[in-house]
Amino acid sequence: MKQGKLFYYIPYGLWIALFVIAPVVLIVYQSFFNIAGHFTLSNYATYFHSGVYLKMTFNSVWYAFLITAITLLISYPTAYLLNQLKHKQLWLLLIILPTWINLLLKTYAFIGLLSRSGSVDSFLTFIGIGPKQLLFTDASFLFVATYIEIPFMILPIYNAIAELSPSYVNASRDLGASGWQTFSRVIFPLTLDGVKSGVQSVFIPSLSLFMITRLIGGNRVITLGTAIEQHFLVTQNWGMGSTIGVILIVAMVITMLLTGERKKKGRTRHAK
Amino acid sequence: MAKTIIEFKDIVKRYGETEVLKGINFQIEQGKFYTLLGPSGCGKTTILRIIAGFTDASEGDVMFDGKRINNVPANKRKVNTVFQDYALFPHMNVFDNVAFPLTLRKVSKKDIRTRVLDALKMVQLSGYEDREINEISGGQQQRVAIARAIVNEPDVLLLDEPLSALDMKLRKEMQYELRALQQRLGITFIFVTHDQEEALAMSDEIFVMNAGQVLQTGSPVDIYDEPINHFVADFIGESNIVRGHMVADYLVSFAGHEFKCVDAGMRPNEPVEVVIRPEDLDITTVAKGSLTMTVDTQLFRGVFFEITGHDDTGNSWRIRSIHRTEVGAQVGVFFDPEDIHVMRFNESEEDFDARLETYEGEESDR
Repeated sequence: MKQGKLFYYIPYGLWIALFVIAPVVLIVYQSFFNIAGHFTLSNYATYFHSGVYLKMTFNSVWYAFLITAITLLISYPTAYLLNQLKHKQLWLLLIILPTWINLLLKTYAFIGLLSRSGSVDSFLTFIGIGPKQLLFTDASFLFVATYIEIPFMILPIYNAIAELSPSYVNASRDLGASGWQTFSRVIFPLTLDGVKSGVQSVFIPSLSLFMITRLIGGNRVITLGTAIEQHFLVTQNWGMGSTIGVILIVAMVITMLLTGERKKKGRTRHAK
Repeated sequence: MAKTIIEFKDIVKRYGETEVLKGINFQIEQGKFYTLLGPSGCGKTTILRIIAGFTDASEGDVMFDGKRINNVPANKRKVNTVFQDYALFPHMNVFDNVAFPLTLRKVSKKDIRTRVLDALKMVQLSGYEDREINEISGGQQQRVAIARAIVNEPDVLLLDEPLSALDMKLRKEMQYELRALQQRLGITFIFVTHDQEEALAMSDEIFVMNAGQVLQTGSPVDIYDEPINHFVADFIGESNIVRGHMVADYLVSFAGHEFKCVDAGMRPNEPVEVVIRPEDLDITTVAKGSLTMTVDTQLFRGVFFEITGHDDTGNSWRIRSIHRTEVGAQVGVFFDPEDIHVMRFNESEEDFDARLETYEGEESDR
């Protein structure tokens, strides 16, 4: 009986050991070695003393924040609207569908759309506005990143709203709350958990976006993700790359703590 | 006569093809305890939702204090609801839930505190204001829901089967409390239930509903003693309903015999249904009985024996007796003329009331 149970832990245990614990340990270990292979704390010193890395970190956080904010602004009303529709599962599926397509493919599609001879530019020329530089701008980077992240924000919010009992809304209206008061006092607080998980699943990956910054942003925006990639593949400074990796992991943990479920004694919250 | 506060004029409600309410007319007076009673799906909750403003009537006028309120949104109506699932906000504690309607308007912090504590005192929950909603029992949640609904001092309180989730003992207790609360506040309560005992115990007026129509309106005693038709007689309490015909005024024939009764105003030989409540039947000897019955079953119910049996013409009878008998025995069943209530087929409530007027006035012994 006991052994049978143990058996079920094997896949999970292997997974955790090989793909979670080992990489984290290796990254932390690597971050204490300089490019010559000597044990040192200089990587951390460099990170905190050179303005370049701090600026990069600020950039990453700032862009991740912008992406998350824009995504949230679009996703919440969308998720709310979807819940009012008749065939809501179908409409939701249409939004989820693009996530099944490879990220790189979608990014390349945007290069085609936004490039000098792309469809969008042709259209702008046609209506007399263009041609304009669309690709390799901050705006296009934010646009594409937001596009990619939106389904991951909509889904948890949609679920939270779907689980919200309509009698809460009725009760609020009944007790004299206007539409806006009902939203701000009842609907939004009760769906906050959905928003939090949406923010987690958008903000954290956005911190280390590097492919979109490169392909769409044209490396004008250098984030920590780009830095890691450069250190590992170009400068071969694994120590510095790992250090930034550690910083990213710490940032993720902080985000998780900030957006995590507040533990209030005896309070049950709806499941996500 | 008290002031009419709510009036329904020919209210029809349709969901697609189905008519949920088929032309409802009634008046609700200020300060009384009303109950909408009917089986599930009869439209009683829909009426409540129309009064509260959660749904619109497809046709007809909803009047509140003499004004048409069909287009007034729920938050502008001086009506509050106690929901079946209480709908207490899980992200607020007891105090904040009760204070919610007050915080929406410009009420000072100090006033809010006094009024919330007063409301909690009214429902006997003083000292619970800092509890979280899921830390209190179902019965206490029920009280919080009531406190939240009355803190705004509405003109009408709507209660949507609020006791259905409570256990038997608590439900009985809450029946007393709700009744007492209604009398203390002096506001109109409209209570929705499918439980006839609840309706009889608490109400000033009961509206018996079935299939989107109000079948009978009246005080609990009226409805119990003089049900208008088979459905009402069967739904309100237990009944023996047998077929017969009217021989003449005050003389009805059923189960092969003619009996004196106190009903009149039907056509001679009109087919009718006769209702006799189980507690009005007495077991006696065959010689003394109005009818002779063979006992089929006997159940001990604590306060009484529930005895069923059948007479010579095949009618079955249910009797509540404090005396025991034997299964298989031949016994006499005794009842007085006053115990018999005669119902016509397909009589409307207006005709029923009018007919009762014609002969009840002249009788001095009733």
